Amino acid sequence: MAVTRLLGLARPLVLLAMLLLTTAAQAAIDVQSFDDPALAQRFEALSGRLRCPKCQNESIGASNSPIAGDMRARVAAMLRDGASDAEIEGAMVERFGDYALYDPRFEARTWLLWGLPFGLVVIGGGIVALFVVRRRRAGPQTLSAQERRHLDGLIARHNARDDEPGQADDPGRDA
Amino acid sequence: MKRRLLLLVPLLIFAVLVVFLYRGLSHDPSARASAKLADRFPAFDLATLDDPDRRLDRSLLEGGDDSEGEVTLVNVWGEWCPVCKKEMPQLQTLADRGVRLVGVDYKDTRDKGHEFLETYGDPFDVSLFDPKGSLGFDLGVYGAPESFIVDGDGFIRYHHTGYITPDDVEQVILPEIAKWR
Repeated sequence: MAVTRLLGLARPLVLLAMLLLTTAAQAAIDVQSFDDPALAQRFEALSGRLRCPKCQNESIGASNSPIAGDMRARVAAMLRDGASDAEIEGAMVERFGDYALYDPRFEARTWLLWGLPFGLVVIGGGIVALFVVRRRRAGPQTLSAQERRHLDGLIARHNARDDEPGQADDPGRDA
Repeated sequence: MKRRLLLLVPLLIFAVLVVFLYRGLSHDPSARASAKLADRFPAFDLATLDDPDRRLDRSLLEGGDDSEGEVTLVNVWGEWCPVCKKEMPQLQTLADRGVRLVGVDYKDTRDKGHEFLETYGDPFDVSLFDPKGSLGFDLGVYGAPESFIVDGDGFIRYHHTGYITPDDVEQVILPEIAKWR
């Protein structure tokens, strides 16, 4: 018991250590420095958003491949020249294709990709709303005379059974 | 009856998903359409490998003095790239078949570049010297070898990433060049 308790306490520490290790690895690659901390921040963000074209699934900020280094250098140079994020992303897509962006841009070719989740939520919500409205519309159901008599009979039988002491809980009685 | 059919909807969705994902399994993740197709060859100003004082720009590919609207295969290579060595016989075949070839010595040193051409042959009309990989970057090159077929007006018509196999020469490269001649 004490051991599991201890492990429970250790888990956040282990997670924290892992997080710290990954940032250390990223920092080791990066050699770009900026005078303006805002630029450095945008550089970090762009490095994470742009995908290394040589790699299977690595951002240019995480990859050691030469092309990722070239791309980081170009991103940094463009940032220092005052280019906007969109301009930088555009320059990379122009050369390496849409693959270079982790999040595809919203355009005629990608509207389905971006729109589908929202579309599904709307459709799902519509179906739920339809059920709710239908149920509301139907209102409380009233019993027909025959059903009412049947119900009365069942209640009477149940009450009569409860009156017999010690046998109410016997499941075998009705069988 | 209508209710029964509705029960089939999840199965249908599942079937579509299976087909979609199964296709993804046989899809080569490194193969993708080039972003440069139908684009004008990027501007450059580079010295040739042979002569540091002879600078060339993209008029080399746009029907200048001696190209005159000729379809050209631009091959990006480097001495450091082992596959490029294996590709040279195929490039020689293309040159022998009358294809104009322009080389781009990518991220290399002059000495290494010369050494490479002396050892493996020189099928190129001219080789541009791109030590920093600036032209390569503008071409969207992310490894060598890569080849571009450029039409007589200097527009990129085909982009081959990676090694040109002997089969590719006959089945892919020559037909593509014929298409744009």
